[in-house]
Amino acid sequence: MSQGSMAPGIAAGRLDSATLAENFQDLHPPYAPHEAAVAADRCYFCYDAPCVTACPTDIDIPLFIRQISTGQPEAAAQTIFEQNILGGMCARVCPTETLCEEACVREAAEGKPVEIGRLQRFATDTLMARDVHPFTRAAPTRKRVAVVGAGPAGLACAHRLAMLGHDVVIHEGRDKAGGLNEFGIAAYKSTNNFAASEVDWLMQIGGITMKTGVRLGDGLALASLQQEFDAVFLSVGLAGVNALRADGDDKDGVGDAVDFIADLRQADDLTTLPVGRDVVVIGGGMTAIDAAVQSRLLGAENVTVAYRRSRARMGASRFEQDLAASKGVKLMFNVQPVAVHGNGAAREVELAYTVEDGDGALTPTGETVRIKADQVWRAIGQTLQGSPDGLDIDGGKIAVSEAGRTSLHGVWAGGDCASGGDDLTVTAVAEGRDAAMDIHARLTNTG
Amino acid sequence: MADLRTDFLGISSPNPFWLASAPPTDKEYNVRRAFEAGWGGVVWKTLGAEGPPVVNVNGPRYGVIYGADRRVLGINNIELITDRPLETNLEEMARVKADYPDRALIASIMVPCDEASWKAILPRVAETGCDGIELNFGCPHGMSERGMGAAVGQVPEYIEMVTRWCKQYYDRPVIVKLTPNITDIRHPARAARNGGADAVSLINTVSSITSVNLDDFSPEPSIDGKGSHGGYCGPAVKPIALNMVAEIARDPETHGLPISGIGGVTTWRDAAEFMVLGAGNVQVCTAAMTYGFRVVEEMKRGLSQWMDEKGYTATSDFIGKAVPNVTDWQYLNLNFVAKARIDQDSCIKCGRCYAACEDTSHQAIWMHEDRVFEVNDAECVACNLCVDVCPVENCITMERLAPGTVDARTGKVVVEEYGNWTQHPNNPSAQAAE
Ligand SMILES: Cc1cc2nc3c(=O)[nH]c(=O)nc-3n(C[C@H](O)[C@H](O)[C@H](O)COP(=O)(O)OP(=O)(O)OC[C@H]3O[C@@H](n4cnc5c(N)ncnc54)[C@H](O)[C@@H]3O)c2cc1C
Ligand SMILES: Cc1cc2nc3c(=O)[nH]c(=O)nc-3n(C[C@H](O)[C@H](O)[C@H](O)COP(=O)(O)O)c2cc1C
Ligand code: SF4
Repeated sequence: MSQGSMAPGIAAGRLDSATLAENFQDLHPPYAPHEAAVAADRCYFCYDAPCVTACPTDIDIPLFIRQISTGQPEAAAQTIFEQNILGGMCARVCPTETLCEEACVREAAEGKPVEIGRLQRFATDTLMARDVHPFTRAAPTRKRVAVVGAGPAGLACAHRLAMLGHDVVIHEGRDKAGGLNEFGIAAYKSTNNFAASEVDWLMQIGGITMKTGVRLGDGLALASLQQEFDAVFLSVGLAGVNALRADGDDKDGVGDAVDFIADLRQADDLTTLPVGRDVVVIGGGMTAIDAAVQSRLLGAENVTVAYRRSRARMGASRFEQDLAASKGVKLMFNVQPVAVHGNGAAREVELAYTVEDGDGALTPTGETVRIKADQVWRAIGQTLQGSPDGLDIDGGKIAVSEAGRTSLHGVWAGGDCASGGDDLTVTAVAEGRDAAMDIHARLTNTG
Repeated sequence: MADLRTDFLGISSPNPFWLASAPPTDKEYNVRRAFEAGWGGVVWKTLGAEGPPVVNVNGPRYGVIYGADRRVLGINNIELITDRPLETNLEEMARVKADYPDRALIASIMVPCDEASWKAILPRVAETGCDGIELNFGCPHGMSERGMGAAVGQVPEYIEMVTRWCKQYYDRPVIVKLTPNITDIRHPARAARNGGADAVSLINTVSSITSVNLDDFSPEPSIDGKGSHGGYCGPAVKPIALNMVAEIARDPETHGLPISGIGGVTTWRDAAEFMVLGAGNVQVCTAAMTYGFRVVEEMKRGLSQWMDEKGYTATSDFIGKAVPNVTDWQYLNLNFVAKARIDQDSCIKCGRCYAACEDTSHQAIWMHEDRVFEVNDAECVACNLCVDVCPVENCITMERLAPGTVDARTGKVVVEEYGNWTQHPNNPSAQAAE
C-alpha cells in the first residue's frame, strides 16, 4: 500500500510503483518514424541557418533533418555525432527552447519551431540501437593524454582524442562515469539508464581507459599527471555547493538538491526514496526546478520553489518554469530565506520579500512569510572545489582561453569548471571537443 | 448557393463533377454509392468487346509519389479496362441509369480498331439508355500493345476514322478521350473534331515509372521482381492537363469544341481552373481514389462559394473566361517591368530567397547584418523564384514599375505602351510597329 501525499514528514513510498513509473517516463517521448518524417518536413533548410549558430556544438541541423526526411536516420546521426558525440544525451537534455529551437525561423513565424531536439533523438537513437560505433581511430600517435572527470566535457574530449589516434586515460573520482549525465540530469530526461549506455557506446571507439574512484587532489596530483602524460584535460565540473546563509540551515531535512537528485538517479526502486510532504526548494536554476518537479513526481503534496529575484531573472527557462507549474509546483518570486524553523527537524521556512533595484541589489521589504517545510533543498548554485594549485582562476572558475588552455603549459580545462560558456551539457561537450582539437594540434605540432 | 447545374452536350447533370472512367466507376455498387454521395455523373469503367474479358495482374497495380506527410501527389497504375464480362456491365448500367435519370451516365469503350467491332458494341451500349459514349484512346499500357488505347490516340487518322464510325452507328453524344502521350495535343483533337466528335475529354494518364526499388532493382509497382511503365495521374499531372486543355480551347481549328477536363482535379479550385480554360465540366479519378466519394462535397460547396463571391449564377458564366488570356510567349508584354519586394515585417529570415537568387538566379538579394534580406533592383530580373521558394505567403511580392520610372537594372525608362518580341529590335524578324 502506498503512503500517499498526505503522510506526514519525510516518507518513502508515497506513490505505488506503477504511478512512479508513469511519472518518470520520458519528458519528450521518442518519435515514431512517421512522426519524425512529418516533423522533418517542416524544416525549411534555411540559408546559413540560425539554429546552427545557436547550437554550441554547431551541428549541421538542416542537413541532418534533411537526411531524416530522405529516409536515412543513421546518416543523420553521423552528421550529428561528427560535431557532438553526446548528441544522444543533448537531444534529451538541451534546453532547446533557449538554443536551436528558439532560433528556428518557424518559432518566429508561428511560435512552433521545428522540434530539433526530438528529431536529433530520433536519429541518434536509431543509430545507437544498432550498437555500432560510427567512427574509427586514426593511426596511433603514441601520445598519451590524461582526462580528469568523466562528465560530458571529459567524455567528449577523450573521444575526440582517441579518434585522432591518441591514448586517453580518464580519471574519475566517483565509481561511475558520466558526471551529471549520470548523477544530475532529471530522471525523466534520461530514462532507461541512457547515460550509462551512452558511455559504453562512446567507449567503443577504443583507446580510452576509464579509471574510476581516482580523485585528483586525493592521492593523485596534477604534477604527476603532467609528468606521466603529454597533456592533461581538467573537466571536474563544479563539485561544491553554495551555503544557504539562513538560521537553522543545519536542521534535519535541509540538504543539497544535487544530492537528492543524485540519490534519485541512482535509486533502483523509487518507492524506497523518501520525500517530504511539504518541500521547499531554494533557488531559481535548472537544479531547483528539477528538484521541485521530481519531489512532486515522487508524491510530495506541496512543493514550492522560492527564488529571490523576479521571474525574468530566473535561470530556468520559461519552458522549465511552465513544466514545473504543470506538475503542480508553486513558484514564488522575490523571496529569500531568513530561517528554517523546527525542533531538530525542519517544519517551516521563513521567507523575506525582496525588491530588486536596477543593479540587481536586493533589499528586504520588511514583510516575511512562513511556509510549511519538512524538506528544504538548497539549489543556489554549485562551485568549483579542489582546483589544483597553480591555475589562474577567473570568476570562480579555472581561467581558460578560447581553445581551453589554462595558465599552466600542457594543461587544458573545459566544461562547468572552466571559465566562459553556459553551464550546460552541450557547452561542456563543445569545450571538451575543442580542447581536444587544440591538444591534438599541440601534440602533432600543427597548432 | 450558386446553381451548379451543367449542360454538357445536352446532357444535364446537377453539378459539373463527374467520376472518370476508372476503378471508382467499375460497377453498379460503386456508381450507386457515388451518386448517393452527390457526383453529377460518371463515365463507366471502359468496356471491352464481347468475349472473355481482359485479365489484370494479381500483384500490386499502383505506384505512388508522396509529398509531405504521405500526401498523395501522384499515382501510377498498370490496370487495364474492365475485367468483368460486357453483359454484366451493360445490365448494371441500364439499372443504374433507370434509377438515376438526373445524373449523367457515359459508357467508355475500347474495342479493336476495326469497323465491325465498333458496329457490334454500339447498339448494345445504346440499349442501356446511357447518355453518351467516351472513346478511350488514352490508356498507355497493356491495351496499347494490343493496338488499342493510346496506340489509336497517337495516330490522328485512326482517331478520325473510329470517331466517324461511332457517329455513324450511335446517335447520342460521342466524346473522344485523348492521351497526353503525344507531342502536340492539337493534332488528335483536330482529328476528333474532323471525325465528328461532340467533345474531347483529356487527359488520360501519362506514361511513367514512379520509383525503383533499390534493393531488388525493380520498378514499382513490382510484380515478381519486374515492373512495367504505367499511367500517371493525380495532382502531379494537373499542369500538363491544364496546358493541353488550353491548347485545344484556343486552337482556331478546335475552338468551341466542348471539353471535359481531366487530370488531377482534387479541389473546387482545380475544377474552376479547368473550366475557365474552357472545360465544360471535369472528371475526377485520383482524388476519389485517395479520399473516397465524399470529396465531391468540398468541390461542390467550394465552387458554389466562389461563384457566389464572383456573382456568377451559372457555370456558363465563367467557362472559357481565361482562354483569351492564354497567348504565345512572343506576345507577352516586354515593357511590363517588375521587381521583387520583400516585406520585412513578415520576413522570418530563413534566407531561402537569398540561397535561390544567389546560387541559381541573378545575385539580386543582399543579405545584410542580422539576416535582413533586401532586393537589389540593379540586378533583379523579376524572375519570381524568390516568391516561389519563400515559405511565407505574400512576404515577397512582385511590384510593377510605374511607367516613367527608371529600371535600375537596364537604366531604361519604363514605357507605358505594350511591346512584344515580334516588335523588339533584337528580333531579326521584327516588324516595325505601325
Ligand atoms: C541538477 C542538474 C540538472 C541539470 N540539468 C541540465 C539539463 O537538463 N540540461 C543541460 O544542458 N544541463 C543541465 N545541467 C548542467 C550540466 O549537467 C552540466 O553543465 C554538465 O554536466 C557539465 O559537464 P562537465 O563535464 O563539465 O561536469 P560534470 O558533469 O559535473 O562532470 C564532472 C566529473 O568530474 C568528476 N570529478 C569532480 N572532481 C573530481 C576530481 N577531483 N577528481 C576526479 N574526478 C572528479 C565528477 O565526479 C564528475 O563525474 C544540470 C546540472 C545539474 C546540477
Ligand atoms: C487505376 C486506374 C484505372 C484507369 N482506368 C481507366 C479506364 O479504364 N479507362 C479510361 O478511360 N481511363 C482510365 N483511367 C484514367 C482516368 O480516367 C483519368 O483519365 C486519369 O486518372 C486522370 O485523372 P485524375 O488525375 O483525376 O486521376 C484510369 C486511371 C486509374 C488511376
Ligand atoms: S525575382 Fe528573381 S532575380 Fe529578382 S530577387 Fe527574386 S529571385 Fe532574384
